[in-house]
Amino acid sequence: MKREAPKSLADYSPLFFPGLMLIVFFVIPFSTMIAVSFFQRDPSGFYTPDFVFTNYARFLSLFFGKVLGFSLVLAVMVAICCVVIAFPFTFLLTKRPRKVQTIWLVCLLSVLSLSEVIIGFAWSTLFSRTAGITNLFVAIGLMKEPVALLPSFWAVLTGMVYQALPYTILVLYPALVRLDPTLLEAARTLGASPVRAFMNVVVPALRNTIVATLIMVFVFALGSYLLPQILGRPSHWTLSVLITDQAIYQSNMPFAAAMAVFLVLMSLALVGLTLLVGRRENAL
Amino acid sequence: MTKILNHPMSRRAVLGAGVASAGLLAMPSILRAQDKSIKIGVYGGYFKKSFDEHIFPEFTKATGIAVESIAEPTGEAWLVQLEQAAKAGQAPADISMMSQVATLKGQATELWTPIDAAKIKNHANLLDHFINKYPDGRIAGIGAVAWYITLVTNTDVFKEAPTSWAALWDPANADKLGLLALASNSFLLEVTATTFMGGTKALDTEEGILKALEKLAEVKPNVRLWYRDEAQFEQALKSGEIPMGQYYHDVTGLAAADGQPVRSTFPKEGGIQDSGNWVISRASTKVDEAHIFIDHMSQPAVQSLMSRKVGTAPTLKKEVLDLKPEEFASVSSDIPPIIPRYDLYTTKADWINQKWTELIVG
Repeated sequence: MKREAPKSLADYSPLFFPGLMLIVFFVIPFSTMIAVSFFQRDPSGFYTPDFVFTNYARFLSLFFGKVLGFSLVLAVMVAICCVVIAFPFTFLLTKRPRKVQTIWLVCLLSVLSLSEVIIGFAWSTLFSRTAGITNLFVAIGLMKEPVALLPSFWAVLTGMVYQALPYTILVLYPALVRLDPTLLEAARTLGASPVRAFMNVVVPALRNTIVATLIMVFVFALGSYLLPQILGRPSHWTLSVLITDQAIYQSNMPFAAAMAVFLVLMSLALVGLTLLVGRRENAL
Repeated sequence: MTKILNHPMSRRAVLGAGVASAGLLAMPSILRAQDKSIKIGVYGGYFKKSFDEHIFPEFTKATGIAVESIAEPTGEAWLVQLEQAAKAGQAPADISMMSQVATLKGQATELWTPIDAAKIKNHANLLDHFINKYPDGRIAGIGAVAWYITLVTNTDVFKEAPTSWAALWDPANADKLGLLALASNSFLLEVTATTFMGGTKALDTEEGILKALEKLAEVKPNVRLWYRDEAQFEQALKSGEIPMGQYYHDVTGLAAADGQPVRSTFPKEGGIQDSGNWVISRASTKVDEAHIFIDHMSQPAVQSLMSRKVGTAPTLKKEVLDLKPEEFASVSSDIPPIIPRYDLYTTKADWINQKWTELIVG
C-alpha cells in the first residue's frame, strides 16, 4: 500500500492529542523552569522576573561540580548494575513456560507499586544494626556481632538498583521474547557453549536494546532524591537532593531551577553522546 | 508566572479548607447567631486538628466570633500567597500563624498590620522574645505557638542523661548522632555559639559564623544521620540504632510516656526554642476581631490549655500560669532557652546555606 503524504488539516488530526499532551506536560513546565532559572532571587521574598545569570554562576563551582559528577556516576552505575543483572535474568525468564513467566512478571509489577519511601525505609531496616540482615549472619555464625550497613554508598546503590530493576526487566522483556530462537540454535549447532552463545550472539544481537535500556535506567536513577538521603551520608546526596533543599527549604526557586536545567542538559548531552557513539559503531 | 508556580498546591489546600469550613457553617447550630467571623490560618495537619478541636471552639464560646480555620502550607509558600493576595487587596486569612523568619520577611514589605499592645491585656506578661517588632518598634507579631528542640537519647544505650550540648562533640559518640540537616531548622550554629563561644552574639559577624561552622565540623564524624524527615530519626532513636541527637521535646515526651526507651534532656546551655507568631495581614478588614483573638490567645488560662492539649510551650511568664510543675516540665524548662538568630536566615540566608551545605556534604 502506498502511503500518501498528509494533505489536509484533518490528516494531521491524530497528532493533535499527543502534541497537546507534550505541550501541556513538557513544553510549558520546562520553559517555565528555564525562565525561572534566569529570575532574580529575592532573599526576603521569593523572586522577581528578570534576566540574570547569577543562579548559573553560583552553580559553576567545584563544589557543585563534584555533586553533579557524583550524581552522574551514581546513575551510570545503577544503570550498568541493573542491565547486568536484568539482561541474563530476563533472557532465562523468556525460556520458561508461559505460566511461570506470567507469575514472575506479576511479581515484578507489584514491586513497582511500592513507593520510593517504602523502599527506602525497608532497606534502611534491612541494613540496620538492630534489626538488619547482619543479625541473621550472626545467628548462622558468619559474623561475630551485628553491624550497620548504612549509611554507605553501597546501601544507596543497592536501594536504587532494587528500585530500577523491575523497570529494566519490563523494558528488556519484549525484545528478548521476540529474539529469534534459531540464532541460538545455530550457534549451539556450530559448537558454542550456552554461555558463549549468549555472550557472542544474544548480547550483540540486542545491542541497541541494551543501550536504550541503559539510557532509560540512567535517566530514571538521576531523579532519585529520597534513597540517597535515607541510605547514604551527605557525601552521597545527589544533585536532586540539593535541588529539593533549595526549592522547598530555602525558597530559592531560581537557583533550584538553574540546577535542574543544568542537570537536564547534562543528561541530554550524555544520552546524545551515547546514541552518537552507538550510531558510529553500527556504521562500521 | 510566579502565580502559576506557587499557587496550585496551596490554593488546593485553601480550597479544601474552605469546603470543609463551608460544611461547618452549614450546620445550623453554628450558623444561628454569629454575624462576626474571622479567618485564621494555622499550620495544616497536627496544629490545625488540635486547634479545631480544643482552641477555636473555646474562643467562639467566649467571644461570639466564628472561626474559619485555614490550613496553611508550611515553608514560605503561605507568606508569598498572603503577599500577592494583599497586593490585590485580598486576605486569604485575617490572622496567620507565621514562622519567625517568614514574619521578618513579611516586615520588609509592611505585610503585617501593627498590633496595638493596649488591646492585649496580658501584653506585659508575654515573654520578651514572643513580641516580634518592626525596626521602628511597632509590633508585627505576637507569639502563637512555641516548641523546644532538645538533646534526646535512647535510655538503653545511654544510662545517664547527658547534661550539655557538648556531648554532641564527644569522640565517644562517634557515628551515634541524628541531627537536622539544615542550618535553618537545626539551629546548630546557635547551639555551637552558645556552648563554645559564649552566646549567639558571636554569630553577629561572618567571621563568627565561620568560626562556629569550623567548630561544628568537628561533629561530623559523630553524625550517622542528617535528617529532614522526622519519622526517619524518631524510629532510629527508639530502636537505639541512632541513640543520640536533637529532636522535639514534646514528641519525645509522648514517646517516653508510651513506654519507649527515649528521654529528652534540657542541656545546661538551654534547649532550642522555635516558635510561630500570630500576624495580621494588612489586607484584612477584621483588625478588631483579630486583636480580640490575639488577646484571647494570650490569656494564662488559654496558654495553659494549649500546653496541656496541644503540647506547646507557653508564651507567657511562668508565674501567671496555672500549670502544675510536671505539666510545665512536659512542654518547657526553667533553663533559659537558646533563641535562634532568625535575622541571620533573612539577611544572610543564601550565604549561610552555601557554607552549611559545603560543610555537611563536602
